[in-house]
Amino acid sequence: MKKVKTPEELKSLQEEIQNSRDPEKPCITICAGTGCLTYGTQKLIDNFNVEIEKQNLKGKIEIRASGCHGFCERGPLVVINPQNIFYQRVGFDDAEEIIKETVLNGKIIDRLLYIDPLTKEKIFHEDEIPFYKRQMRLVFGMNGNIDPNSLEDYLAVGGFNALIKVLNGMEPEAIIEEIKTANVRGRGGGGFSMGQKWEATRNAPGLPKYIICNADEGDPGAYMDRSLLEGNPYLILEGMLIGAYAIGSNMGYIYVRNEYPLAVKNIMIAVEKARELGILGKNILGSGFDFDVVINRGGGAFVCGEETALISSIEGRSGEPRAKYVYPAERGLYDKPTNINNVETWANVPLIINKGAEWYRSIGTENSKGTKIFALVGKINNTGLVEVPMGITLREIVYDIGGGIPKDRKFKAVQVGGPSGGCIPESHLDLPVDFDALSEVGSMMGSGGMIVMDDCTCMVDVALYFLKFLEEESCGKCTPCREGVHQMRLILERITEGNGKEEDLNTIEWMGKAIIDGSLCALGGTAPNPVLTTFRYFKDEYEAHIREKRCPAGICKALITYTVDPETCNGCMVCARICPTEAATGEKKELHTIDQEKCIKCGACFESCKFDAVKVS
Amino acid sequence: MKARIKEIIDKYDTDKGFLVPILQDVQREFNYLQREVLHLVSAFLEVPISQLYELGTFYKAFSLEPRGRHEMKLCTGTACHVRGVPLIKDNIGRILQIQAGETTPDLEFTFETVNCLGACALGPILVVDGEYHGNISISKTNKILKKLGKKVKIDEES
Repeated sequence: MKKVKTPEELKSLQEEIQNSRDPEKPCITICAGTGCLTYGTQKLIDNFNVEIEKQNLKGKIEIRASGCHGFCERGPLVVINPQNIFYQRVGFDDAEEIIKETVLNGKIIDRLLYIDPLTKEKIFHEDEIPFYKRQMRLVFGMNGNIDPNSLEDYLAVGGFNALIKVLNGMEPEAIIEEIKTANVRGRGGGGFSMGQKWEATRNAPGLPKYIICNADEGDPGAYMDRSLLEGNPYLILEGMLIGAYAIGSNMGYIYVRNEYPLAVKNIMIAVEKARELGILGKNILGSGFDFDVVINRGGGAFVCGEETALISSIEGRSGEPRAKYVYPAERGLYDKPTNINNVETWANVPLIINKGAEWYRSIGTENSKGTKIFALVGKINNTGLVEVPMGITLREIVYDIGGGIPKDRKFKAVQVGGPSGGCIPESHLDLPVDFDALSEVGSMMGSGGMIVMDDCTCMVDVALYFLKFLEEESCGKCTPCREGVHQMRLILERITEGNGKEEDLNTIEWMGKAIIDGSLCALGGTAPNPVLTTFRYFKDEYEAHIREKRCPAGICKALITYTVDPETCNGCMVCARICPTEAATGEKKELHTIDQEKCIKCGACFESCKFDAVKVS
Repeated sequence: MKARIKEIIDKYDTDKGFLVPILQDVQREFNYLQREVLHLVSAFLEVPISQLYELGTFYKAFSLEPRGRHEMKLCTGTACHVRGVPLIKDNIGRILQIQAGETTPDLEFTFETVNCLGACALGPILVVDGEYHGNISISKTNKILKKLGKKVKIDEES
């Protein structure tokens, strides 16, 4: 691509691309996010290409491997335009039929349509599916329309309009004022005002100034940042460019988890192409503004999501956070003024510049503006990424968008905010979701992971899970976090093993408070949250473990036994064949039994019994 | 060995700011961060060997021990956890006779857990030598391990 030298040149390139595209030309879009690729979507894409070749349709039908569409549960996903027909759970061998029937003959293939589980109606278009209908996909929606490796695709959907507007004479102070008016808060967890951070970094003495995109998305169960970075990398670059221009920075870093190979690859390609076009580098679009980006792959440490630890890591040291007497805005990377925002926050910037702060402010609640992308996962029918306006209720997310709990089981809790967050029980399902409301019930927005749990999830086990996670990920700097979380883990482990003591309940509570007060960074400062919230809302489960030596959900190994129900067992012998310790035995077509002495509670029989005859008690 | 390390370091303009990525590339090349390799990196970049060991032990991505021929990564994110990963983890550990994070003495298998791969719809997920296996169960992992040469009881009829 030829270098563009002025905002006008970029604009005319954009218009040229837009005019050269025929909206009526058939286009098959295949979701190629990590979720769909895990289903083996690459093979489907290959098959489409082979078919196009075979039928001599090259140039007549476009094949686009796009970013993540969000509805991971129903992948592989295919959308056929211009009709906007939505196919789900598409098989590798369906490529030929889709081209022959739908694209060339306009016939719908019924078996690939989504069926509304409530009304049993077939749904033809993506936006009519309940999962999408209730969403507001302002930031994430573009993903489905572009090939993340195509700069042309990004331009075709109006990409870089915000950059053009900014470089066409918007003063840096005016940009910061716009971001401040929009009142957008950081999407990475802290919820700090982005505009204030920018302003502080701009005003801080010292050069050079740095900006960082935090893509070290470590919260288990959250993957919106990955999907944005791998699905729409130019959007993140545009946000960073505007931020750098407003702050007065010439150097940016993208710190991305190495566990996200596709995101690393796509952002690298995007940076390379942006340099070629002249959007990154010296004298960008003739404005005199220089900016370039370095990509840093993380080393696999959760604590590096914390901004000061992340800075340490970029500097080539272990990721230990430091006390924030002085904020990174004043002294950050290499002791220079540094502004860090997370991926989703950067992605909001072009939107605000394009549509204006007032428009942005009209979405959301009083102190939480705009939309938020949540990863809706766990025991939920429609697993996926959902972008919703702030203020929507948890019930709407779990039931209207998420489609409720699989197998009609009972909802127990939703864990929001990752290891720093908390479990919210059914009684708070009508809570409007925003930064403040979540904090009030003991949870937090965090990075937006929402893990739904049903009645076969043990809350003590979940709390223990997070403690183990945090114990492992604690950098070890502060004693209350390093030792406190370890001790708390030992107590919880004891409880799940049936050796809990009555006074443990008390100890957990005061220990939790001590860890919160005595830790430097947010990891330790929020580490007890998962324990304290489960304790607050599900105390009865702790009591059952301690007093009755019973795990109500049937999860804690030491407190459960597997038995065979004589009514339902038909003697198929599957359990006997797979039992690794020969505890499950029985003759063909006769009742099987499990020898409790030999049983190691591996769960293999429970999992494989097709008649649900193996019971946990 | 020396030439290859030099090549990797040159790629980053001998910039000490890229220590973590340099070590990542070095590890990929030499399977793990062996002593001689770290000493060479230390000499080339003029950074103390202690700093390299600090990084090598702090970050999960690094291994100071040799790694197995087959790499098994089990996702233990929250979504996978509530969908039954703990039992699968125990099962793999029992069959390989190692704990998560270890390598079998015959250097055939390295078994690790990873905190969320972000493909929660397909949880539980096991990545074997870079290939993703979604919705895995005890019986599915048994079949995978059997294919890789382990003696495992599986239900042949299903």
